[in-house]
Amino acid sequence: MSATAETVEQVHSISGEKYKYGFVTDIAADKAPKGLSEDIVRFISAKKGEPEWLLDWRLKAYRRWLEMPEPQWSKVQFPPIDYQQYHYYSAPKSDDDRPKSLDEVDPELLATYEKLGIPIKEQEVLAGVAVDYVFDSVSVATTFKKKLEEVGVIFCPISEALERCPDLVRKYLGTVVPVADNKHACLNSAVFTDGSFVYIPPGVRCPMELSTYFRINEMNTGQFERTLIVADKGSYVSYLEGCTAPMRDENQLHAAVVELVALDDAEIKYSTVQNWYPGDEDGKGGIYNFVTKRGACRGKNSKISWTQVETGSAITWKYPSCILQGDNSVGEFYSIAITNNAQQADTGTKMIHLGKNTTSRIISKGISAGKSDQTYRGLVKISPKAEGARNYTQCDSLLIGDKCGAHTVPYIESKNKNAIVEHEATTSTISEVQLFYLRQRGIPEEAAVALVVNGFCREVMQQLPMEFAVEAQKLVGISLEGSVG
Amino acid sequence: MLEIKDLHAAVDGKEILKGVNLTVNPGEVHAIMGPNGSGKSTLSYVLAGRDGYEVTGGRIIYEGEDLTDLDPEERAAKGIFLAFQYPVEIPGVPNSTFLNEAVNAVRRYRGEDELDKIQFVKMLRAKTKELNMSDEMLKRAVNVGFSGGEKKRNEVLQMAVLEPKLAILDETDSGLDIDALKIVSEGVNALRSPERSTLVITHYQRLLDYIVPDKVHVLAQGRIQKTGGKELALELEEKGYADFVGEEAA
Ligand SMILES: Nc1ncnc2c1ncn2[C@@H]1O[C@H](COP(=O)(O)OP(=O)(O)OP(=O)(O)O)[C@@H](O)[C@H]1O
Ligand SMILES: [Mg+2]
Repeated sequence: MSATAETVEQVHSISGEKYKYGFVTDIAADKAPKGLSEDIVRFISAKKGEPEWLLDWRLKAYRRWLEMPEPQWSKVQFPPIDYQQYHYYSAPKSDDDRPKSLDEVDPELLATYEKLGIPIKEQEVLAGVAVDYVFDSVSVATTFKKKLEEVGVIFCPISEALERCPDLVRKYLGTVVPVADNKHACLNSAVFTDGSFVYIPPGVRCPMELSTYFRINEMNTGQFERTLIVADKGSYVSYLEGCTAPMRDENQLHAAVVELVALDDAEIKYSTVQNWYPGDEDGKGGIYNFVTKRGACRGKNSKISWTQVETGSAITWKYPSCILQGDNSVGEFYSIAITNNAQQADTGTKMIHLGKNTTSRIISKGISAGKSDQTYRGLVKISPKAEGARNYTQCDSLLIGDKCGAHTVPYIESKNKNAIVEHEATTSTISEVQLFYLRQRGIPEEAAVALVVNGFCREVMQQLPMEFAVEAQKLVGISLEGSVG
Repeated sequence: MLEIKDLHAAVDGKEILKGVNLTVNPGEVHAIMGPNGSGKSTLSYVLAGRDGYEVTGGRIIYEGEDLTDLDPEERAAKGIFLAFQYPVEIPGVPNSTFLNEAVNAVRRYRGEDELDKIQFVKMLRAKTKELNMSDEMLKRAVNVGFSGGEKKRNEVLQMAVLEPKLAILDETDSGLDIDALKIVSEGVNALRSPERSTLVITHYQRLLDYIVPDKVHVLAQGRIQKTGGKELALELEEKGYADFVGEEAA
């Protein structure tokens, strides 16, 4: 708390001082100076040529942020964050002219992707995926636009959406995750630089999986993406978010916000594979991943399904949630969280049942190895009016070794006596005889562990789109390297 | 093929094998019989290199090489296969995925090209057909919810797929119905060749009608107490193990 107070002090003094001299930051600069102030918020907004209402919205968020305490209830532990040490805006060198094809993209960027093992072209062509690359907060390439435009799907950087369909953005932005929802989301609202916007018109089934690859690559650049997906009546979309980041030395703050809105009879499937740098064996240098993801099933018969595979980051703080407002709406949360070495994860979901006959399903698979620690934290809330509401929750933990921890914290608040809420939880280990059996068939120890873990996660893996599932299965093996033997 | 010399082994500090001597030549089938708790499974685990089964004396020479320092997966890659007395369940891992991983891991170790999906499926189909197994069992998680007999058949399928040089079958006949016993025996016999050897651990001489052994050994009290031909099995069936157990206990 005192650290926060100190930061607030500091921010006040800095912003106050700068303000005396007016708008000092060079608008042509590719990078905002370090630190956070009202001036920086204005800089970001000006840099992006935003409308007045959005600047006001950001400033409101910034002022609320100054007052808000850090969330204290989770189990993760880390030293106080010095918000003044980050740059809140940086753009790739050639951002004046957005490249229309990959040929126009900075070869250095392409080389980075190549190193990460992501053959962009192959992915696009083979998987038929429209990719909206976010590189250091600014989108540099968007493909497959035409095909999407034909059916009226809007899939573009949120900054572009502000020009193409400002009313849509204004109508939905911040309506699922309010500006002052929590300190991390509040910070995002003040300083978000980009992210994706998706709109699926009524009755349209999006013809391809939409995919965004986030990368964090520049020194000391906090990442603050903002994603907004609106599925209009009777529409369907599947959205993939995946990320890896190269090695780096300093902790990086990442506070993204994702908002989903599903109207009558609409369905949104949101899948994530998160593999950011977890830090070294002691967690040094890893990424702080403080994400607010929430979906609103606003219309009747709507459905939102979150699937996540979380293997990276030094600290993960993330609770993709569903507000089940429409009658008969469905919320799902499928999660695999793997922590190894010194990683910490506090993750789970909230299912808020408001409408009649709303159902939710939670399947959480946690794997802890090394000296890592993870917590499943879930809330199932059933309001008095949610007649016929049902929830099923299953939380399974798998421990590898005896130095790691797993905790399950399921909260159930049912205010409707007819609601049915079921909860099952298990904790297990990989048995010696299982490993021996697999090794006796020639499978080396680490591969044997990966196989058992993949088996443990199967129910969730099956929820992932094909090409993602293959990647995720490999990731399981990679993230558990060195956890046995 | 296999030469076990004065093998002593302990589990949790307790000596179970107390000087086992056994030589199996290429192409031979040997049966090991013996009372419950005499150390038959222990011997099979020691041969396969299971952690915790400590060799405290003697040597195991397989194809001229001392096995002591090799991991289970290395022994497997060199052609040693153990059909478990109690096959292990691996929840969520489809049988076919498991077999695919095993085959390719072994091939990688031997410096051979991995089988691609199509080659693998073709090979697997042929094996299941031979063993009269349903493809449905390939999709199910390894041994999960399998009946006792199905588990044993699954062990034989794995053996057929991996084509080991030295197969150790630990009571693979227990729990099999007559038809399955025939099929499993045929599976074992199909692998019989001048280069391959088999160690069959069993309590029932009936199996040995189908898989005719070159030698029968009696393992009791951690040692091979007697060796003979097929007729020894018949003799044991009649008289039981009293002779061997009494001798030491006295
Ligand atoms: N971890 C252990 N600690 C102590 N004793 C053990 C351990 N594991 C096995 N034993 C003992 O070793 C002896 C040999 O066991 P083993 O399983 O090899 O017998 P077996 O000959 O295969 O018997 P069966 O015919 O019943 O399968 C038994 O007395 C058993 O109780
Ligand atoms: Mg036994």
